[in-house]
Amino acid sequence: MSTTTETKARIQREDFSVTDEIEAIKKSSKNIGGIVIFLGTGRELNKGENISELNFEHYPKMAEKKLDEICTKAIEDYKIIDMSIIHRIGPIDIGENIVLIVAAGEHRKEAFEACEWAIAELKRTTPIWKRETTTKGEVWVQATP
Amino acid sequence: MITVKYFAQLRQMAGREEDQFDLGAQATLDQLSDAIGLNLPKIGELVRDKKIMVSVNYDVVSADHIIKDGDEVALLPPFSGGA
Repeated sequence: MSTTTETKARIQREDFSVTDEIEAIKKSSKNIGGIVIFLGTGRELNKGENISELNFEHYPKMAEKKLDEICTKAIEDYKIIDMSIIHRIGPIDIGENIVLIVAAGEHRKEAFEACEWAIAELKRTTPIWKRETTTKGEVWVQATP
Repeated sequence: MITVKYFAQLRQMAGREEDQFDLGAQATLDQLSDAIGLNLPKIGELVRDKKIMVSVNYDVVSADHIIKDGDEVALLPPFSGGA
């Protein structure tokens, strides 16, 4: 059995391949038996407003640091084998990928729990901000559940 | 010098990405908010009233944190990442 505690968190402008990220994490251990992902995508409606474009910005260094901390804590607290997080920044069209969390465990239960915790923690602790362009203009989004 | 970075709506309010302040070897957050408020009164008030989070060298700090010369301070509006 080979396992790793190396974390993989990154922030990037370009899109990512969900399949490639799942295949990458599968390589971290032959003991992985369950993989849970959260994929956040750009939606057209928010609180009744039509959105034409999303734009994300982040605080470089701190945002990457917080994502790394989430991966490390998820592995420690939920006893999963590995986790990766990717968050995009810059302009994002409706329907495009925004964020991906991949939690890999020996069994599904801990992977589900770790993935749910990680997206909530990302929203709570990671300095990333979303600006929506609607028919009424540009709006910086306040924290969402 | 202390570097203060503004993000998202605070950057738009400030009209710039960062400022630098000379507050000696160390300073309280209240002293920093006073210095910011001289040119940016609304942002100074937000910091003083603890309406926004403040990080120092990439970690969020409490109101009684002492800032040191050379620190990087960031004023952080509510986060909204994660889709």
